[in-house]
Amino acid sequence: MTGLLVLTGSILLVAAFALIYRILTLIEIAKGRQDYQPGGNSHAINGVLFILFFIVGFGLFFWYSGKAAENFLPEAASEHGKLTDRLFWITTGITFVVFFLTHALLFLSPYFFRYRKDRKALWWPDNTKLEVAWTVVPAIVLTILILGGWWIWRDVTAPAPDNSLEVEIVGKQFNWMVRYGGKDGKIGKHNFRKIDATNQLGMDFAADKSNFDDFVPREIHLPKGRSVLLKIRARDVLHSVFLPHFRVKMDAVPGMPTSFWFTPTKTTEEMRRELNDPNFNYELACTEICGQGHFAMRMVVVVSEPEEFEKWYASQEPWAKQNADYIASLNLENSKELAALFNQK
Amino acid sequence: MATVNIDLHHSVEEHVHHHDEHEHHHESFIRKYIFSEDHKVIAKQFLFTGIFWAIIGGLLSIIFRLQLGFPEANLEFLRPILGDWITAQGKLDQNFYLALVTMHGTIMVFFVLTAGLSGTFSNFLIPLQIGARDMASGFLNMLSYWFFFLSSVVMFISLFIETGPASGGWVVYPPLSALPQAMPGSGLGMTLWLISMSLFIVSSLLGGINYITTVINLRTEGMSFSKLPLTIWAFFLTAVLGLLSFPVLFAAALLLIFDRSFGTSFYLSEIYINGEALHNVGGSPVLYQHLFWFLGHPEVYIVMLPGLGITSEIIATNSRKPIFGYRAMIGSLLGITFLAFIVWAHHMFVSGMNPFLGTIFMFLTLIIAVPSAVKVFNYLATLWRGNIVFTPAMLFSIGLVSLFITGGVTGIALGNSAVDIQLHDTYYVVAHFHLVMGAASFFGMVAGIYHWFPKMFGRMMNEKLGYVHFWITFIGVYMVFFPMHYLGIAGFPRRYYSWTNFNAFDSFADLNAFISTAAIITMAAQLIFLFNFFYSIFRGRLAPANPWRSNTLEWTTPRFPGHGNWPGKIPTVYRWPYDYSKPGAKEDYIPQHIPYSETPESNLPHENELIALEKEFAK
Ligand code: HEM
Ligand SMILES: [Cu+2]
Ligand SMILES: [Cu+2]
Repeated sequence: MTGLLVLTGSILLVAAFALIYRILTLIEIAKGRQDYQPGGNSHAINGVLFILFFIVGFGLFFWYSGKAAENFLPEAASEHGKLTDRLFWITTGITFVVFFLTHALLFLSPYFFRYRKDRKALWWPDNTKLEVAWTVVPAIVLTILILGGWWIWRDVTAPAPDNSLEVEIVGKQFNWMVRYGGKDGKIGKHNFRKIDATNQLGMDFAADKSNFDDFVPREIHLPKGRSVLLKIRARDVLHSVFLPHFRVKMDAVPGMPTSFWFTPTKTTEEMRRELNDPNFNYELACTEICGQGHFAMRMVVVVSEPEEFEKWYASQEPWAKQNADYIASLNLENSKELAALFNQK
Repeated sequence: MATVNIDLHHSVEEHVHHHDEHEHHHESFIRKYIFSEDHKVIAKQFLFTGIFWAIIGGLLSIIFRLQLGFPEANLEFLRPILGDWITAQGKLDQNFYLALVTMHGTIMVFFVLTAGLSGTFSNFLIPLQIGARDMASGFLNMLSYWFFFLSSVVMFISLFIETGPASGGWVVYPPLSALPQAMPGSGLGMTLWLISMSLFIVSSLLGGINYITTVINLRTEGMSFSKLPLTIWAFFLTAVLGLLSFPVLFAAALLLIFDRSFGTSFYLSEIYINGEALHNVGGSPVLYQHLFWFLGHPEVYIVMLPGLGITSEIIATNSRKPIFGYRAMIGSLLGITFLAFIVWAHHMFVSGMNPFLGTIFMFLTLIIAVPSAVKVFNYLATLWRGNIVFTPAMLFSIGLVSLFITGGVTGIALGNSAVDIQLHDTYYVVAHFHLVMGAASFFGMVAGIYHWFPKMFGRMMNEKLGYVHFWITFIGVYMVFFPMHYLGIAGFPRRYYSWTNFNAFDSFADLNAFISTAAIITMAAQLIFLFNFFYSIFRGRLAPANPWRSNTLEWTTPRFPGHGNWPGKIPTVYRWPYDYSKPGAKEDYIPQHIPYSETPESNLPHENELIALEKEFAK
């Protein structure tokens, strides 16, 4: 149906153009061919159209920007996110001024300086002062913007604070997996050769005892107000951890662990109230093309008050306990004792 | 130095001689139109192939825009064309969606805006504007086209194979592109992509060597570098960029071929996929990204500089004014060329590379914005108090400047690594590069076609159709790409088949429908251009010798220049190409081959002194 519409639409369009063309040519022939003048007598029209384009264009821009803002992401829910957002809007403000002024010149000049037979263009091949000015001024403004960015970037990429909560995020085709360090807070070592249908994360129980208390929930839970260090890796191809509400993004690279740390500043509940949306959830998305299911790698992120988070944390059952058969099948020398040790509540 | 000079004369003379010999022979059809060594014919071959690819690339984008704009629509009607890529439910296959995106990007960036643009205009204009009979090596030039042709054939075939063409994005990052088990497109389709791109690189290098050599060695008498039209400066530096960066892509592709076919581990490490742990360890996917973007960033300027060169020429001619700040324009071209090589890692701020590198590349990236800004200001100053003639080429050039500004300012946000954390791989980037590179270079290409059509085909294109084409396209391009900024600020990731899985991205459905509709209309408007183009080749009004009253040398050739361009002696050049509306002059333009001795009424004091030198030349 749509196809038919598109097809008839385009046929009609072509027919219309052909018709217009014939008419135009006929008119020209009827008028007789005068001496060829580039641009003919269309100068005023084109000049006016540029002015119209300028006015309508910016009109639409202002009108729609206001409307669109309703659908933008809510205010950043992380500390660094507030800073990067601010820098983004400052940059946008400054560049908007340039954008507007240059376009004013660009779209108004054509009308005012349109071709007229009796006019002569100004002979103005250069002007050193102007050239220097418009080299130096942008350079200074850019320097200020860069320094602002550098100052934030340095902090964002600095090593995570010591008491950060460590969370492992692993990307695979086509979902995310997450792991916490359990009681000891330490995330156990992994080895990609240990991965199988059960042990999807490749936890290396033989090499690292601290794997035994690690737990693997279905959602990411984070405490408000405490720094969180994401330890990111990928199992098969590139993925990218994207937490839009926290302004966090970092690629997940097979064979090369990456990381990103940040501090959530609003709980899910607070966000729900703020947005007046009881169904709101923080989300984790993938932003590096990874194949067929790239667009569907969603995981819910829950931010809660620290006490609530601790309660949740303590209630999680270690993976090793849920998969006792698997552990037994590993035939580790002391697997029974270890499992028992780490599984005690 | 001396030897260089001798060689130089030698080659010029040999060339002339060679040419004379040719005229006595009757060239067969095959030698004249197919395996031609005439730069003008080769230019047209590139142009027609480029237009063919532009149509394919455009149609691909319409298909995926249907999916994005109308996710509920039943696409059953595409089954006759796409076969099983339409699922039983009448939806676009998800893998095929990625294939479409990938092929669209590859085709547009490389086949249309690199080969189609540089191939056409560097070939056509370099000899004509510097006053040479042909390229330094007509044979290599011919090979350059035929390598491109082969490359095109391979890429075209890959569109029709059962597992689909390459699908990992136009950047084809491994491991996705290295492992056939990761997606169907990484099988045969990816192999063909690599073969095709290798052939493409060969073509590009052959072309580039030729452009550089020709500009350096074959300039006519008097045509010093400081008298070169800005078009030639731009093509020359574009070729330099290509020559230095394409080999790196070749290396990247070669290592990828090794990883795919010979079990090496340049880019692969610790991978478990499809129930199997691969043997590869020690490689790094980030290495590929460095190599790719070492080409990739210069590539964006390879695509852009010719458009800027073309625009400089057209804006000066049609403002009837000298280009403002000729030297500053050359300076900024040189600056961009140099800086283009040292900003590549701004595409990798969040790739996991060392954040300190991010800092360095942030600083370097924002420096490159300065020469870009200078160019814009110079264009504006050129328009100021001009006597602006609105040819379609001029309209498209003004459009280019606008698009270049709009796309350029967002680069300043993206170049700031801290801000880029959020924006990277969202629609904000898509908006940025489609405006600054895609649309702007496309406008440059179209402007060039309108402007040099009379020289290429000896006939004029219809102006009124040109105006209609321009206005629909200009408005359309803004309707398509400007709204993408809003999507990007709202966090919408790119290369998504659908966004409705996420609460965060479950908005803007109407905006997406709007974009898709605008895209379809804009594409349809290109039919006006195609009609005008092909109709005018055969039926257009015969072109006057110098329809735009332009100063450059190509307009001193006959209406249908033969192989060798000038029937007699090549004109000598006395002045820069921008003597428009010179005070005192009889006309508002003085072509480059008019000596100062003939224009005493308009000479500046230091130019009068040059008259004595001209006498030397004349001997
Ligand atoms: C004002 C100067 C410019 C600056 C500061 C700038 C900066 C950037 C940055 C930082 C990115 C990476 C964004 C990301 O992926 O997160 C980017 C992407 C891109 N830029 Fe620019 N840019 C500028 C001008 C240009 C020009 C002139 C072109 C082309 C002619 C261009 C073409 C592109 C392309 C193609 C991409 C995206 C590639 C991809 O990821 O697929 N940029 N730009
Ligand atoms: Cu993905
Ligand atoms: Cu770049």
